[in-house]
Amino acid sequence: MSEPLLQAIDLQCERDERILFRDLSFSILPGTVTRVEGPNGSGKTTLLRMLAGLNDAWSGDLLWFGKPRSAHREEFLRNTLYLGHRAGIKPLLTPLENLQALTAGRRPLPDPVLRQALGGTGLAGFEDVPCRNLSAGQQRRVALARLLIADEPLWLLDEVFTAIDAGGVSAIENLLQQRAAEGGSVVVTTHHDLRLPGMQRIILGGGSD
Amino acid sequence: MNADFRPALVLRHDAVGVLSAMRGVFARDLRVAFRQRQDLLNPLLFFVMVVTLFPLGVSPEVSFLREAGAGILWVAALLSVLLSLDHLFRHDFDDGTLEQLVLQPQPLFLLVLAKTMAHWVLTGLPLVILTPVLGVMVHLDGNSIGVLCLTLLIGTPVLSLIGSIGAALTLGLRSAGVLLSLLIIPLYIPVLIFGTGTVASAAEGAPVGAYLALMGAFLVLALTLAPFASAAALRISLSNG
Repeated sequence: MSEPLLQAIDLQCERDERILFRDLSFSILPGTVTRVEGPNGSGKTTLLRMLAGLNDAWSGDLLWFGKPRSAHREEFLRNTLYLGHRAGIKPLLTPLENLQALTAGRRPLPDPVLRQALGGTGLAGFEDVPCRNLSAGQQRRVALARLLIADEPLWLLDEVFTAIDAGGVSAIENLLQQRAAEGGSVVVTTHHDLRLPGMQRIILGGGSD
Repeated sequence: MNADFRPALVLRHDAVGVLSAMRGVFARDLRVAFRQRQDLLNPLLFFVMVVTLFPLGVSPEVSFLREAGAGILWVAALLSVLLSLDHLFRHDFDDGTLEQLVLQPQPLFLLVLAKTMAHWVLTGLPLVILTPVLGVMVHLDGNSIGVLCLTLLIGTPVLSLIGSIGAALTLGLRSAGVLLSLLIIPLYIPVLIFGTGTVASAAEGAPVGAYLALMGAFLVLALTLAPFASAAALRISLSNG
């Protein structure tokens, strides 16, 4: 699969009567990491939500394997993993229950695999503690455990390094690189100075214009 | 972090079945609710309080209560469902669960239906179960209580389903309470009229089959249309979020 998974043509997005970006075109190829850069308010999160299919207030074309995405929404959703700023972790549930709930509609996995994934993000021993008793970084790691078991070819990760300690950050960097080597595509927005070999960059303007 | 247990990279064409995805949504909502029992008790407590305050505030006369009882119970049930509606999507919206729900490959309206069913099991169904006790308290006779329970059993899911549209539409607003009530109350009125009408007709000894059939029609209509409207409203609310 060397054709682009996702192709954006002349994207334009307006928010609160302000143009965030216009004439934005790029391709997401298999086996690449793409970093969306720009100052606060330049539309990084908005762009990622557009790519994920959450935000519909934009114009332009988005192609999924060369076909209009809107016509292949179900296939697109099945093959895309989106981790938002709000990661979908329920404070009242335990990490294990959260992970069960988040994977149930996509690819249900047996509990030992989920526990192993939680252990892989440094949450061993916390699997059955309600998430509200965990720190912000630990809650974030519950969401990141999904990356260890996700098989979607396209990952859209918003502010994935937030609240993660230095060891975790380099672990995620390795994970992204490994994912790209496997042939998966990753799009990240981050203020963290992420530098990976062969990384594509999308630079958004200053929010004015 | 290592990922030795991840399968090779392939494009997936099969999805988890709709039913098991719905079951997952339903089970999670119940589980979260039972971790927070106070929230679960609120609508029930409200229901009981309103019904007990009426004899104290208006009149404890048996004749009055027998006449107004069904109406009081129906209005109290309606208001307590209305009170609980804001929670239907709000927490999920705040913690990002809703985004993940919208991005699941299954049709959104069915997942929303599962959520609404969980809402009914947690709010409407307990009201129905409590109704016989409160019915005795307001001196309704056995036949009327039976019919009242039946109308609430058919009517409260309609309240949850219609309410889910309003809850989804007002999700993006910070103080949605008043607007939600204004949007939803007019749609609740027919259900209320037919619900109390059925019981009044039963009290007079008239047949109630036609009334119940009409309420059943309301339920079928709400079941088939409301999830579509809620799903569309959720997409709009999230798109602005």
